[in-house]
Amino acid sequence: MDIRVQEAPFDLGAEANAFAAKQTGMGALVTFTGIVRDLNDGDLDVMEIEHYPGMTEKAIEKIAKEALSRWTLGDILVIHRYGKLHPDEVIMMVATAAPHRADAFQGAEFLMDFLKSRAPFWKKEVSGTAADWVAAKDEDEDALSRW
Amino acid sequence: MDVLYFAWVRERVGRPKDKVETNAATVRDLVNELREREERYAAAFGDLDALRVAVDQELTDFDAPLKDAREVAFFPPMTGG
Repeated sequence: MDIRVQEAPFDLGAEANAFAAKQTGMGALVTFTGIVRDLNDGDLDVMEIEHYPGMTEKAIEKIAKEALSRWTLGDILVIHRYGKLHPDEVIMMVATAAPHRADAFQGAEFLMDFLKSRAPFWKKEVSGTAADWVAAKDEDEDALSRW
Repeated sequence: MDVLYFAWVRERVGRPKDKVETNAATVRDLVNELREREERYAAAFGDLDALRVAVDQELTDFDAPLKDAREVAFFPPMTGG
């Protein structure tokens, strides 16, 4: 299990390849990537992501351990950025490796659902002089109940 | 103990952290003490339904006890991913 919370950008392809190269006997590898999306007609300048150093790493580790206990997974990678990000920049990725694809897919979905609303990150959208905190969505909270 | 604020809670309070001397038994008691401090705290803690709390970096609820707690953090619902 490899969990990284960082400000710096990362190379999605290189990370996926390095993660794949570490595995043995894993028939399936799933990756998910989150990207900064401009929902405000092209006027989003920056998305500022704040987090709670210390708790963030612990919370993600707890979520990843839960995923490992529920599915047959060989390994998990989570990289999540914070700081100032621009539209179309990569925010985060998760990767799961498993003997079979169902575990890899479900493990990755579980990780994403919980990272959304149980890892202490907060997003603020800055457009010109306006800055608004992104509100959590009820559907993201509801998504947890399916697990 | 250290009391930390994140996102708009930090902005409303006007600082990221306070050192607080308190005998508050629960998070809710601590919130009531903070509300008494100044108007900006009352504004930040106006609606507890809009807030989440962590004690010693574990997500919990407002009835959680504060005995031996070193760090309490208040923030809005999280928006990771």
